[in-house]
Amino acid sequence: MERVPILKIGDILLVSIQLDMSDQTAVALQEDLAERIVATGCHGVIIDITALDIVDSFVGRMLSTIASISKVLDAETVVVGMRPAVAITLVELGLSLNGIRTALNVERGMELIAVDRVHDDQYEFEGGPDTEPLALP
Amino acid sequence: MALSADESSRLAELLTSRATQVTQRWTEVMAGQLRGRLSQAELVRQVQELHRALTDALGKGAADLTAEEATELRAVLAELSRGQARQGFSATETASSIFGLKDALLAELEADQSVGTLRDYVAFSGLVDQMGLFTFESFVRTRESLIADQAEQLLELSTPVVKLWEGVVAVPLVGTLDSARAQVVMERLLQTLVDTGSPYAIIDITGVPAVDTQVAQHILKTVVAARLMGADCIISGIRPQIAQTIVALGIEFGDIATKASLADALRHVLRLTGVETSRRQPRREA
Amino acid sequence: MTSGVDLGRPQAQTVGSDEDVVRVRQLVRTVAVAVKLSLVDQTKVVTAASELARNTLVYGGGGTVEVTAVDNGRKPGIKIVFADSGPGIVDLDLALTDGYTTGGGLGLGLSGARRLVDEFDIQTAPGQGTRITVIKWSR
Repeated sequence: MERVPILKIGDILLVSIQLDMSDQTAVALQEDLAERIVATGCHGVIIDITALDIVDSFVGRMLSTIASISKVLDAETVVVGMRPAVAITLVELGLSLNGIRTALNVERGMELIAVDRVHDDQYEFEGGPDTEPLALP
Repeated sequence: MALSADESSRLAELLTSRATQVTQRWTEVMAGQLRGRLSQAELVRQVQELHRALTDALGKGAADLTAEEATELRAVLAELSRGQARQGFSATETASSIFGLKDALLAELEADQSVGTLRDYVAFSGLVDQMGLFTFESFVRTRESLIADQAEQLLELSTPVVKLWEGVVAVPLVGTLDSARAQVVMERLLQTLVDTGSPYAIIDITGVPAVDTQVAQHILKTVVAARLMGADCIISGIRPQIAQTIVALGIEFGDIATKASLADALRHVLRLTGVETSRRQPRREA
Repeated sequence: MTSGVDLGRPQAQTVGSDEDVVRVRQLVRTVAVAVKLSLVDQTKVVTAASELARNTLVYGGGGTVEVTAVDNGRKPGIKIVFADSGPGIVDLDLALTDGYTTGGGLGLGLSGARRLVDEFDIQTAPGQGTRITVIKWSR
Protein backbone atom coordinates (compact mmCIF):
# COMPACT_ATOMS: atom_id res chain seq x y z
CA MET A 1 0.00 0.00 0.00
CA GLU A 2 1.25 3.47 -0.85
CA ARG A 3 1.43 6.15 1.83
CA VAL A 4 0.86 9.85 1.42
CA PRO A 5 3.89 11.89 2.55
CA ILE A 6 3.44 14.54 5.25
CA LEU A 7 5.77 17.57 5.17
CA LYS A 8 6.47 19.90 8.07
CA ILE A 9 6.87 23.56 7.18
CA GLY A 10 7.35 25.74 10.26
CA ASP A 11 4.27 25.37 12.41
CA ILE A 12 2.29 23.68 9.64
CA LEU A 13 1.96 20.13 8.37
CA LEU A 14 1.46 20.02 4.62
CA VAL A 15 -0.13 17.02 2.97
CA SER A 16 -0.23 17.07 -0.79
CA ILE A 17 -2.26 14.16 -2.09
CA GLN A 18 -0.78 13.23 -5.45
CA LEU A 19 -2.24 9.80 -6.10
CA ASP A 20 -5.59 8.17 -6.62
CA MET A 21 -5.86 6.88 -3.05
CA SER A 22 -7.31 3.51 -2.17
CA ASP A 23 -9.55 3.55 0.89
CA GLN A 24 -6.76 1.92 2.93
CA THR A 25 -4.32 4.64 1.97
CA ALA A 26 -6.87 7.25 3.06
CA VAL A 27 -7.35 5.60 6.44
CA ALA A 28 -3.57 5.31 6.88
CA LEU A 29 -3.19 9.02 6.14
CA GLN A 30 -5.74 9.80 8.81
CA GLU A 31 -3.73 7.82 11.38
CA ASP A 32 -0.33 9.13 10.26
CA LEU A 33 -1.52 12.72 10.51
CA ALA A 34 -2.84 12.35 14.04
CA GLU A 35 0.53 10.95 15.12
CA ARG A 36 2.50 13.68 13.35
CA ILE A 37 0.40 16.45 14.90
CA VAL A 38 1.15 15.16 18.36
CA ALA A 39 4.81 14.42 17.60
CA THR A 40 5.53 17.83 16.07
CA GLY A 41 3.16 20.01 18.08
CA CYS A 42 2.11 21.77 14.88
CA HIS A 43 -0.96 23.96 15.01
CA GLY A 44 -1.98 23.88 11.40
CA VAL A 45 -2.67 21.19 8.82
CA ILE A 46 -3.02 21.95 5.12
CA ILE A 47 -4.36 19.23 2.88
CA ASP A 48 -3.73 20.04 -0.74
CA ILE A 49 -6.11 18.20 -3.06
CA THR A 50 -5.20 20.05 -6.26
CA ALA A 51 -4.17 16.78 -7.87
CA LEU A 52 -7.33 14.88 -6.93
CA ASP A 53 -9.68 14.53 -9.86
CA ILE A 54 -12.48 13.15 -7.72
CA VAL A 55 -13.52 13.30 -4.07
CA ASP A 56 -16.10 10.68 -3.22
CA SER A 57 -17.98 10.20 0.04
CA PHE A 58 -15.18 8.09 1.49
CA VAL A 59 -12.48 10.70 0.94
CA GLY A 60 -14.97 13.41 2.00
CA ARG A 61 -15.51 11.59 5.26
CA MET A 62 -11.76 11.18 5.71
CA LEU A 63 -11.30 14.95 5.31
CA SER A 64 -14.03 15.64 7.88
CA THR A 65 -12.51 13.16 10.31
CA ILE A 66 -9.04 14.64 9.92
CA ALA A 67 -10.45 18.10 10.61
CA SER A 68 -12.22 16.88 13.75
CA ILE A 69 -9.22 14.92 15.04
CA SER A 70 -6.82 17.80 14.52
CA LYS A 71 -9.23 20.15 16.25
CA VAL A 72 -9.14 17.91 19.30
CA LEU A 73 -5.33 18.02 19.07
CA ASP A 74 -5.43 21.86 18.86
CA ALA A 75 -4.56 22.12 15.19
CA GLU A 76 -6.56 23.89 12.51
CA THR A 77 -7.15 22.02 9.24
CA VAL A 78 -7.61 23.74 5.90
CA VAL A 79 -8.38 21.82 2.72
CA VAL A 80 -6.98 23.65 -0.31
CA GLY A 81 -7.02 23.40 -4.08
CA MET A 82 -10.34 21.68 -4.70
CA ARG A 83 -11.03 21.65 -8.43
CA PRO A 84 -14.26 23.25 -9.71
CA ALA A 85 -15.53 19.99 -11.23
CA VAL A 86 -14.91 18.23 -7.92
CA ALA A 87 -16.78 20.94 -5.99
CA ILE A 88 -19.74 20.80 -8.39
CA THR A 89 -19.85 17.02 -8.07
CA LEU A 90 -19.72 17.14 -4.27
CA VAL A 91 -22.67 19.54 -4.21
CA GLU A 92 -24.64 17.18 -6.46
CA LEU A 93 -23.60 14.17 -4.37
CA GLY A 94 -24.98 15.96 -1.31
CA LEU A 95 -21.73 16.09 0.60
CA SER A 96 -21.33 19.38 2.45
CA LEU A 97 -17.97 18.72 4.19
CA ASN A 98 -19.30 20.28 7.38
CA GLY A 99 -16.70 21.66 9.72
CA ILE A 100 -13.99 21.77 7.10
CA ARG A 101 -12.33 25.07 6.28
CA THR A 102 -11.27 25.52 2.69
CA ALA A 103 -9.03 27.86 0.71
CA LEU A 104 -8.25 28.24 -2.97
CA ASN A 105 -4.56 27.39 -2.72
CA VAL A 106 -1.77 26.57 -0.27
CA GLU A 107 -0.81 30.23 0.13
CA ARG A 108 -4.34 31.28 1.10
CA GLY A 109 -4.59 28.29 3.38
CA MET A 110 -1.44 29.38 5.23
CA GLU A 111 -2.83 32.92 5.58
CA LEU A 112 -6.02 31.51 7.06
CA ILE A 113 -4.11 29.53 9.66
CA ALA A 114 -1.83 32.48 10.44
CA VAL A 115 -4.84 34.75 11.07
CA ASP A 116 -6.28 32.14 13.41
CA ARG A 117 -3.09 31.84 15.37
CA VAL A 118 -2.89 35.62 15.79
CA HIS A 119 -6.44 35.62 17.15
CA ASP A 120 -5.56 32.82 19.51
CA ASP A 121 -2.40 34.55 20.75
CA GLN A 122 -4.28 37.79 21.29
CA TYR A 123 -6.82 36.00 23.36
CA GLU A 124 -4.13 34.28 25.41
CA PHE A 125 -1.94 37.29 26.07
CA GLU A 126 -4.32 40.19 26.31
CA GLY A 127 -6.96 38.08 27.92
CA GLY A 128 -10.66 38.66 28.20
CA PRO A 129 -13.31 37.63 25.75
CA ASP A 130 -14.16 41.31 25.15
CA THR A 131 -10.99 41.90 23.16
CA GLU A 132 -11.78 42.87 19.57
CA PRO A 133 -10.22 40.48 17.09
CA LEU A 134 -7.53 42.00 14.91
CA ALA A 135 -8.85 43.32 11.64
CA LEU A 136 -6.43 41.54 9.36
CA PRO A 137 -6.90 41.28 5.61
CA MET B 1 -41.58 12.99 -64.52
CA ALA B 2 -45.09 14.32 -63.97
CA LEU B 3 -47.93 11.85 -63.48
CA SER B 4 -50.62 11.76 -66.11
CA ALA B 5 -54.17 12.36 -64.95
CA ASP B 6 -54.83 8.65 -65.40
CA GLU B 7 -51.84 7.65 -63.35
CA SER B 8 -52.67 9.92 -60.45
CA SER B 9 -56.25 8.75 -60.33
CA ARG B 10 -55.09 5.10 -60.48
CA LEU B 11 -52.66 5.74 -57.64
CA ALA B 12 -55.35 7.54 -55.63
CA GLU B 13 -57.63 4.57 -56.25
CA LEU B 14 -54.97 2.10 -55.13
CA LEU B 15 -54.17 4.12 -52.01
CA THR B 16 -57.85 4.25 -51.08
CA SER B 17 -58.79 0.66 -51.80
CA ARG B 18 -55.69 -0.83 -50.18
CA ALA B 19 -55.40 1.83 -47.48
CA THR B 20 -54.95 -0.56 -44.55
CA GLN B 21 -52.31 -2.72 -46.22
CA VAL B 22 -50.35 0.24 -47.56
CA THR B 23 -50.27 2.19 -44.29
CA GLN B 24 -49.43 -0.94 -42.34
CA ARG B 25 -46.47 -1.87 -44.56
CA TRP B 26 -45.33 1.76 -44.65
CA THR B 27 -45.46 2.00 -40.87
CA GLU B 28 -43.40 -1.19 -40.61
CA VAL B 29 -40.69 0.19 -42.89
CA MET B 30 -40.62 3.48 -41.00
CA ALA B 31 -40.46 1.70 -37.64
CA GLY B 32 -37.47 -0.27 -38.92
CA GLN B 33 -35.74 2.95 -39.98
CA LEU B 34 -36.37 4.87 -36.77
CA ARG B 35 -35.55 1.93 -34.50
CA GLY B 36 -38.13 2.59 -31.84
CA ARG B 37 -37.29 6.23 -31.24
CA LEU B 38 -40.83 7.24 -32.14
CA SER B 39 -43.74 5.61 -30.37
CA GLN B 40 -45.89 3.26 -32.43
CA ALA B 41 -48.90 5.54 -31.97
CA GLU B 42 -46.93 8.54 -33.23
CA LEU B 43 -45.72 6.56 -36.27
CA VAL B 44 -49.22 5.39 -37.15
CA ARG B 45 -50.50 8.95 -36.83
CA GLN B 46 -47.78 10.31 -39.11
CA VAL B 47 -48.26 7.62 -41.75
CA GLN B 48 -52.02 8.07 -41.74
CA GLU B 49 -51.67 11.81 -42.07
CA LEU B 50 -49.25 11.42 -44.98
CA HIS B 51 -51.47 8.80 -46.57
CA ARG B 52 -54.51 11.04 -46.29
CA ALA B 53 -52.70 14.11 -47.68
CA LEU B 54 -51.23 12.10 -50.56
CA THR B 55 -54.53 10.45 -51.50
CA ASP B 56 -56.16 13.86 -51.32
CA ALA B 57 -53.61 15.51 -53.58
CA LEU B 58 -53.79 12.71 -56.16
CA GLY B 59 -57.56 12.63 -56.00
CA LYS B 60 -57.58 16.31 -56.94
CA GLY B 61 -55.35 15.40 -59.89
CA ALA B 62 -51.94 16.62 -58.71
CA ALA B 63 -49.38 15.81 -61.42
CA ASP B 64 -46.36 16.26 -59.17
CA LEU B 65 -45.36 17.63 -55.79
CA THR B 66 -45.07 21.24 -56.96
CA ALA B 67 -48.70 21.24 -58.16
CA GLU B 68 -51.13 23.52 -56.45
CA GLU B 69 -53.26 20.51 -55.48
CA ALA B 70 -50.34 19.19 -53.44
CA THR B 71 -50.05 22.25 -51.15
CA GLU B 72 -51.36 20.41 -48.15
CA LEU B 73 -49.18 17.39 -48.85
CA ARG B 74 -46.12 19.65 -48.86
CA ALA B 75 -47.19 21.15 -45.55
CA VAL B 76 -47.55 17.70 -43.99
CA LEU B 77 -44.15 16.62 -45.32
CA ALA B 78 -42.50 19.82 -44.07
CA GLU B 79 -44.05 19.35 -40.64
CA LEU B 80 -42.84 15.75 -40.48
CA SER B 81 -39.26 16.58 -41.39
CA ARG B 82 -39.18 19.58 -39.05
CA GLY B 83 -40.28 17.32 -36.23
CA GLN B 84 -37.68 14.70 -37.07
CA ALA B 85 -34.89 17.26 -37.46
CA ARG B 86 -35.65 18.70 -34.03
CA GLN B 87 -35.77 15.26 -32.46
CA GLY B 88 -32.28 14.57 -33.78
CA PHE B 89 -33.07 12.06 -36.54
CA SER B 90 -30.63 12.07 -39.46
CA ALA B 91 -31.56 13.36 -42.91
CA THR B 92 -31.26 9.84 -44.30
CA GLU B 93 -33.64 8.45 -41.70
CA THR B 94 -36.16 11.19 -42.44
CA ALA B 95 -36.05 10.74 -46.21
CA SER B 96 -35.96 6.94 -45.97
CA SER B 97 -39.17 6.90 -43.99
CA ILE B 98 -40.85 8.51 -47.02
CA PHE B 99 -39.22 5.98 -49.34
CA GLY B 100 -40.92 3.32 -47.28
CA LEU B 101 -44.02 4.08 -49.35
CA LYS B 102 -42.31 2.48 -52.34
CA ASP B 103 -42.02 -0.83 -50.55
CA ALA B 104 -45.66 -0.60 -49.57
CA LEU B 105 -46.74 0.14 -53.16
CA LEU B 106 -44.53 -2.56 -54.58
CA ALA B 107 -46.09 -5.10 -52.25
CA GLU B 108 -49.51 -4.14 -53.60
CA LEU B 109 -48.55 -4.09 -57.28
CA GLU B 110 -46.36 -7.18 -57.28
CA ALA B 111 -49.21 -9.58 -57.94
CA ASP B 112 -50.02 -8.03 -61.31
CA GLN B 113 -46.92 -8.35 -63.45
CA SER B 114 -48.18 -6.61 -66.58
CA VAL B 115 -46.16 -3.91 -68.36
CA GLY B 116 -48.78 -1.28 -67.42
CA THR B 117 -48.25 -1.97 -63.75
CA LEU B 118 -44.52 -1.57 -64.13
CA ARG B 119 -45.03 1.82 -65.81
CA ASP B 120 -47.37 2.87 -63.05
CA TYR B 121 -44.89 1.81 -60.41
CA VAL B 122 -42.09 3.79 -62.04
CA ALA B 123 -44.32 6.87 -62.28
CA PHE B 124 -45.46 6.56 -58.65
CA SER B 125 -41.93 5.94 -57.60
CA GLY B 126 -40.92 9.22 -59.24
CA LEU B 127 -43.45 11.06 -57.11
CA VAL B 128 -42.21 9.35 -53.96
CA ASP B 129 -38.66 10.40 -54.84
CA GLN B 130 -39.84 13.99 -55.12
CA MET B 131 -41.46 13.70 -51.71
CA GLY B 132 -38.25 12.26 -50.27
CA LEU B 133 -36.14 15.08 -51.66
CA PHE B 134 -38.64 17.62 -50.39
CA THR B 135 -38.39 16.24 -46.84
CA PHE B 136 -34.64 16.33 -47.18
CA GLU B 137 -34.79 20.02 -48.10
CA SER B 138 -37.09 20.88 -45.21
CA PHE B 139 -34.92 18.86 -42.90
CA VAL B 140 -31.84 20.86 -43.88
CA ARG B 141 -33.70 24.15 -43.50
CA THR B 142 -34.81 23.20 -39.99
CA ARG B 143 -31.28 22.20 -39.03
CA GLU B 144 -29.95 25.47 -40.40
CA SER B 145 -32.35 27.46 -38.28
CA LEU B 146 -31.43 25.32 -35.26
CA ILE B 147 -27.78 26.10 -35.87
CA ALA B 148 -28.57 29.80 -36.21
CA ASP B 149 -30.40 29.70 -32.86
CA GLN B 150 -27.49 27.97 -31.25
CA ALA B 151 -25.03 30.47 -32.67
CA GLU B 152 -27.10 33.21 -31.10
CA GLN B 153 -27.08 31.42 -27.77
CA LEU B 154 -23.32 30.99 -28.05
CA LEU B 155 -22.99 34.72 -28.53
CA GLU B 156 -24.95 35.22 -25.35
CA LEU B 157 -22.60 32.77 -23.70
CA SER B 158 -19.70 35.12 -24.16
CA THR B 159 -20.31 36.42 -20.68
CA PRO B 160 -16.98 37.61 -19.37
CA VAL B 161 -15.72 36.96 -15.89
CA VAL B 162 -13.98 40.20 -14.95
CA LYS B 163 -11.53 41.06 -12.21
CA LEU B 164 -12.86 43.98 -10.16
CA TRP B 165 -10.18 44.23 -7.55
CA GLU B 166 -7.27 42.21 -6.27
CA GLY B 167 -8.95 38.97 -5.21
CA VAL B 168 -12.42 39.94 -6.41
CA VAL B 169 -13.97 38.74 -9.67
CA ALA B 170 -17.44 39.42 -11.03
CA VAL B 171 -19.76 37.91 -13.63
CA PRO B 172 -22.28 40.39 -14.95
CA LEU B 173 -25.01 38.17 -16.32
CA VAL B 174 -27.05 39.64 -19.14
CA GLY B 175 -29.98 38.11 -20.95
CA THR B 176 -32.11 35.07 -20.45
CA LEU B 177 -30.45 32.41 -18.37
CA ASP B 178 -31.47 28.92 -19.30
CA SER B 179 -30.23 25.96 -17.38
CA ALA B 180 -27.51 25.04 -19.89
CA ARG B 181 -26.13 28.56 -20.07
CA ALA B 182 -26.25 29.00 -16.29
CA GLN B 183 -24.22 25.83 -15.97
CA VAL B 184 -21.55 26.98 -18.42
CA VAL B 185 -21.25 30.44 -16.87
CA MET B 186 -21.00 29.02 -13.37
CA GLU B 187 -18.34 26.48 -14.35
CA ARG B 188 -16.34 29.26 -15.92
CA LEU B 189 -16.71 31.41 -12.81
CA LEU B 190 -15.40 28.65 -10.56
CA GLN B 191 -12.46 28.04 -12.91
CA THR B 192 -11.63 31.76 -12.86
CA LEU B 193 -11.54 31.70 -9.06
CA VAL B 194 -8.85 29.03 -9.28
CA ASP B 195 -6.92 30.67 -12.11
CA THR B 196 -6.80 34.08 -10.45
CA GLY B 197 -6.68 32.87 -6.86
CA SER B 198 -9.59 35.16 -6.00
CA PRO B 199 -11.43 34.32 -2.80
CA TYR B 200 -14.41 36.55 -3.66
CA ALA B 201 -16.88 36.40 -6.54
CA ILE B 202 -19.81 38.66 -7.27
CA ILE B 203 -22.61 37.29 -9.41
CA ASP B 204 -24.50 40.29 -10.75
CA ILE B 205 -27.92 39.45 -12.18
CA THR B 206 -29.11 43.01 -12.89
CA GLY B 207 -29.39 42.14 -16.58
CA VAL B 208 -31.37 38.96 -16.07
CA PRO B 209 -35.08 39.52 -16.68
CA ALA B 210 -36.31 36.34 -14.95
CA VAL B 211 -35.09 33.23 -13.21
CA ASP B 212 -36.84 29.90 -12.89
CA THR B 213 -36.32 27.31 -10.18
CA GLN B 214 -33.64 25.49 -12.15
CA VAL B 215 -31.58 28.60 -12.76
CA ALA B 216 -31.90 29.69 -9.14
CA GLN B 217 -30.77 26.22 -8.11
CA HIS B 218 -27.75 26.50 -10.41
CA ILE B 219 -26.76 29.79 -8.84
CA LEU B 220 -27.22 28.37 -5.34
CA LYS B 221 -25.22 25.25 -6.16
CA THR B 222 -22.44 27.43 -7.55
CA VAL B 223 -22.31 29.43 -4.34
CA VAL B 224 -22.05 26.20 -2.33
CA ALA B 225 -19.42 24.80 -4.71
CA ALA B 226 -17.40 28.03 -4.44
CA ARG B 227 -17.49 27.69 -0.65
CA LEU B 228 -16.19 24.15 -0.88
CA MET B 229 -13.31 25.58 -2.90
CA GLY B 230 -12.65 28.25 -0.31
CA ALA B 231 -14.26 31.26 -1.98
CA ASP B 232 -17.27 33.41 -1.13
CA CYS B 233 -19.98 34.48 -3.54
CA ILE B 234 -22.16 37.56 -3.28
CA ILE B 235 -25.24 37.91 -5.45
CA SER B 236 -26.10 41.43 -6.52
CA GLY B 237 -28.71 43.18 -8.62
CA ILE B 238 -31.71 41.02 -7.76
CA ARG B 239 -34.74 42.68 -9.36
CA PRO B 240 -37.98 43.01 -7.43
CA GLN B 241 -39.74 40.49 -9.68
CA ILE B 242 -36.94 38.00 -9.24
CA ALA B 243 -36.99 38.47 -5.48
CA GLN B 244 -40.72 37.73 -5.58
CA THR B 245 -40.14 34.63 -7.72
CA ILE B 246 -37.46 33.40 -5.37
CA VAL B 247 -39.73 33.74 -2.37
CA ALA B 248 -42.77 32.35 -4.20
CA LEU B 249 -40.80 29.31 -5.35
CA GLY B 250 -39.68 28.73 -1.79
CA ILE B 251 -35.99 28.80 -2.70
CA GLU B 252 -33.81 29.19 0.37
CA PHE B 253 -30.98 31.63 -0.10
CA GLY B 254 -29.95 30.91 3.46
CA ASP B 255 -26.87 32.80 4.59
CA ILE B 256 -25.78 33.77 1.09
CA ALA B 257 -24.96 37.47 0.94
CA THR B 258 -27.19 39.43 -1.42
CA LYS B 259 -26.69 43.10 -2.25
CA ALA B 260 -28.83 45.56 -4.19
CA SER B 261 -26.17 46.63 -6.66
CA LEU B 262 -22.77 45.60 -7.93
CA ALA B 263 -21.33 48.70 -6.18
CA ASP B 264 -22.80 47.64 -2.83
CA ALA B 265 -21.46 44.14 -3.33
CA LEU B 266 -17.97 45.43 -4.09
CA ARG B 267 -18.05 47.74 -1.05
CA HIS B 268 -19.13 44.77 1.08
CA VAL B 269 -16.24 42.62 -0.19
CA LEU B 270 -13.70 45.40 0.23
CA ARG B 271 -14.79 45.87 3.82
CA LEU B 272 -14.37 42.13 4.40
CA THR B 273 -10.87 42.24 2.96
CA GLY B 274 -10.01 45.24 5.13
CA VAL B 275 -9.84 47.86 2.38
CA GLU B 276 -11.10 51.24 3.59
CA THR B 277 -13.36 53.17 1.28
CA SER B 278 -14.22 56.76 2.09
CA ARG B 279 -15.18 60.04 0.42
CA ARG B 280 -12.69 62.85 0.33
CA GLN B 281 -15.02 65.01 2.38
CA PRO B 282 -16.35 62.46 4.78
CA ARG B 283 -19.90 63.08 5.88
CA ARG B 284 -20.44 63.30 9.58
CA GLU B 285 -22.27 60.01 9.95
CA ALA B 286 -19.53 58.26 7.96
CA MET C 1 -3.36 3.94 -20.39
CA THR C 2 -5.73 5.53 -22.86
CA SER C 3 -4.33 3.42 -25.64
CA GLY C 4 -5.26 -0.20 -25.92
CA VAL C 5 -8.86 0.27 -24.83
CA ASP C 6 -11.19 -1.21 -27.41
CA LEU C 7 -14.33 0.87 -27.02
CA GLY C 8 -16.40 -1.47 -29.13
CA ARG C 9 -16.65 -4.04 -26.39
CA PRO C 10 -17.36 -3.89 -22.66
CA GLN C 11 -14.36 -3.56 -20.36
CA ALA C 12 -14.64 -5.78 -17.31
CA GLN C 13 -12.99 -5.35 -13.93
CA THR C 14 -13.41 -7.62 -10.96
CA VAL C 15 -13.90 -5.91 -7.63
CA GLY C 16 -12.31 -7.82 -4.81
CA SER C 17 -10.17 -5.27 -3.02
CA ASP C 18 -9.59 -1.58 -2.35
CA GLU C 19 -7.13 -1.39 -5.21
CA ASP C 20 -9.78 -2.71 -7.58
CA VAL C 21 -12.02 0.24 -6.71
CA VAL C 22 -9.16 2.52 -7.81
CA ARG C 23 -8.87 0.49 -11.04
CA VAL C 24 -12.61 0.86 -11.66
CA ARG C 25 -12.25 4.65 -11.31
CA GLN C 26 -9.38 4.70 -13.79
CA LEU C 27 -11.21 2.49 -16.28
CA VAL C 28 -14.36 4.61 -16.07
CA ARG C 29 -12.36 7.78 -16.57
CA THR C 30 -10.60 6.37 -19.64
CA VAL C 31 -13.89 5.47 -21.29
CA ALA C 32 -15.57 8.72 -20.18
CA VAL C 33 -12.77 10.70 -21.84
CA ALA C 34 -13.02 8.56 -24.97
CA VAL C 35 -16.76 9.22 -25.38
CA LYS C 36 -16.05 12.94 -24.93
CA LEU C 37 -17.91 13.68 -21.72
CA SER C 38 -17.28 17.20 -20.41
CA LEU C 39 -14.85 17.54 -17.52
CA VAL C 40 -17.66 18.02 -15.00
CA ASP C 41 -19.57 15.02 -16.37
CA GLN C 42 -16.42 12.89 -16.29
CA THR C 43 -15.93 13.85 -12.66
CA LYS C 44 -19.56 13.05 -11.85
CA VAL C 45 -19.56 9.62 -13.47
CA VAL C 46 -16.19 8.63 -11.98
CA THR C 47 -17.42 9.70 -8.53
CA ALA C 48 -20.63 7.71 -8.98
CA ALA C 49 -18.62 4.68 -10.11
CA SER C 50 -16.37 4.99 -7.08
CA GLU C 51 -19.36 4.99 -4.73
CA LEU C 52 -21.06 2.05 -6.45
CA ALA C 53 -17.87 -0.03 -6.81
CA ARG C 54 -17.24 0.46 -3.09
CA ASN C 55 -20.79 -0.73 -2.38
CA THR C 56 -20.15 -3.81 -4.55
CA LEU C 57 -17.05 -4.50 -2.45
CA VAL C 58 -18.37 -3.66 1.01
CA TYR C 59 -22.00 -4.78 0.84
CA GLY C 60 -21.92 -7.26 -2.04
CA GLY C 61 -18.75 -8.98 -0.88
CA GLY C 62 -17.10 -8.24 -4.23
CA GLY C 63 -18.28 -8.69 -7.80
CA THR C 64 -17.69 -7.33 -11.26
CA VAL C 65 -17.93 -3.99 -13.00
CA GLU C 66 -18.46 -3.72 -16.73
CA VAL C 67 -17.87 -0.45 -18.59
CA THR C 68 -19.18 0.08 -22.13
CA ALA C 69 -19.18 3.01 -24.53
CA VAL C 70 -22.73 3.35 -25.84
CA ASP C 71 -24.56 5.46 -28.38
CA ASN C 72 -28.27 6.17 -28.60
CA GLY C 73 -28.04 7.48 -32.16
CA ARG C 74 -27.91 11.10 -31.06
CA LYS C 75 -25.14 11.24 -28.52
CA PRO C 76 -22.52 8.97 -27.06
CA GLY C 77 -22.45 7.91 -23.47
CA ILE C 78 -20.96 5.53 -20.96
CA LYS C 79 -22.75 2.58 -19.42
CA ILE C 80 -21.51 0.89 -16.28
CA VAL C 81 -22.91 -2.28 -14.75
CA PHE C 82 -22.08 -3.25 -11.14
CA ALA C 83 -22.97 -6.83 -10.29
CA ASP C 84 -22.49 -8.83 -7.12
CA SER C 85 -23.98 -12.00 -5.71
CA GLY C 86 -24.11 -10.73 -2.16
CA PRO C 87 -27.08 -10.60 0.21
CA GLY C 88 -29.05 -8.11 -1.94
CA ILE C 89 -30.97 -5.14 -0.62
CA VAL C 90 -34.02 -5.79 1.52
CA ASP C 91 -35.64 -2.35 1.51
CA LEU C 92 -34.67 -0.57 -1.69
CA ASP C 93 -36.56 2.66 -0.96
CA LEU C 94 -34.80 2.97 2.36
CA ALA C 95 -31.40 2.20 0.81
CA LEU C 96 -31.95 5.01 -1.69
CA THR C 97 -32.67 7.54 1.06
CA ASP C 98 -30.03 10.17 1.77
CA GLY C 99 -28.18 9.46 4.98
CA TYR C 100 -29.33 5.86 5.39
CA THR C 101 -26.49 3.43 5.93
CA THR C 102 -25.89 -0.04 7.31
CA GLY C 103 -22.15 0.11 6.81
CA GLY C 104 -21.08 3.07 8.89
CA GLY C 105 -20.62 5.35 5.88
CA LEU C 106 -22.30 8.64 5.20
CA GLY C 107 -25.26 6.98 3.49
CA LEU C 108 -24.75 8.97 0.33
CA GLY C 109 -23.33 6.23 -1.88
CA LEU C 110 -26.46 4.92 -3.56
CA SER C 111 -28.64 8.03 -3.38
CA GLY C 112 -25.78 10.36 -4.30
CA ALA C 113 -24.59 8.20 -7.18
CA ARG C 114 -28.10 8.20 -8.59
CA ARG C 115 -28.06 12.02 -8.70
CA LEU C 116 -24.76 12.05 -10.56
CA VAL C 117 -25.86 9.95 -13.55
CA ASP C 118 -28.57 10.26 -16.21
CA GLU C 119 -30.00 6.77 -15.99
CA PHE C 120 -30.03 4.50 -12.95
CA ASP C 121 -31.48 1.01 -12.76
CA ILE C 122 -31.22 -1.39 -9.85
CA GLN C 123 -32.18 -5.06 -9.74
CA THR C 124 -31.99 -6.68 -6.35
CA ALA C 125 -33.73 -9.07 -4.01
CA PRO C 126 -32.73 -10.55 -0.66
CA GLY C 127 -30.28 -13.38 -1.31
CA GLN C 128 -30.24 -12.69 -5.06
CA GLY C 129 -27.37 -10.23 -5.26
CA THR C 130 -27.53 -6.73 -6.69
CA ARG C 131 -27.12 -5.48 -10.24
CA ILE C 132 -26.93 -1.73 -10.81
CA THR C 133 -26.79 -0.19 -14.29
CA VAL C 134 -25.98 3.47 -14.77
CA ILE C 135 -25.62 5.58 -17.91
CA LYS C 136 -24.19 9.06 -18.36
CA TRP C 137 -24.80 10.72 -21.74
CA SER C 138 -22.51 13.26 -23.30
CA ARG C 139 -24.20 16.67 -23.68
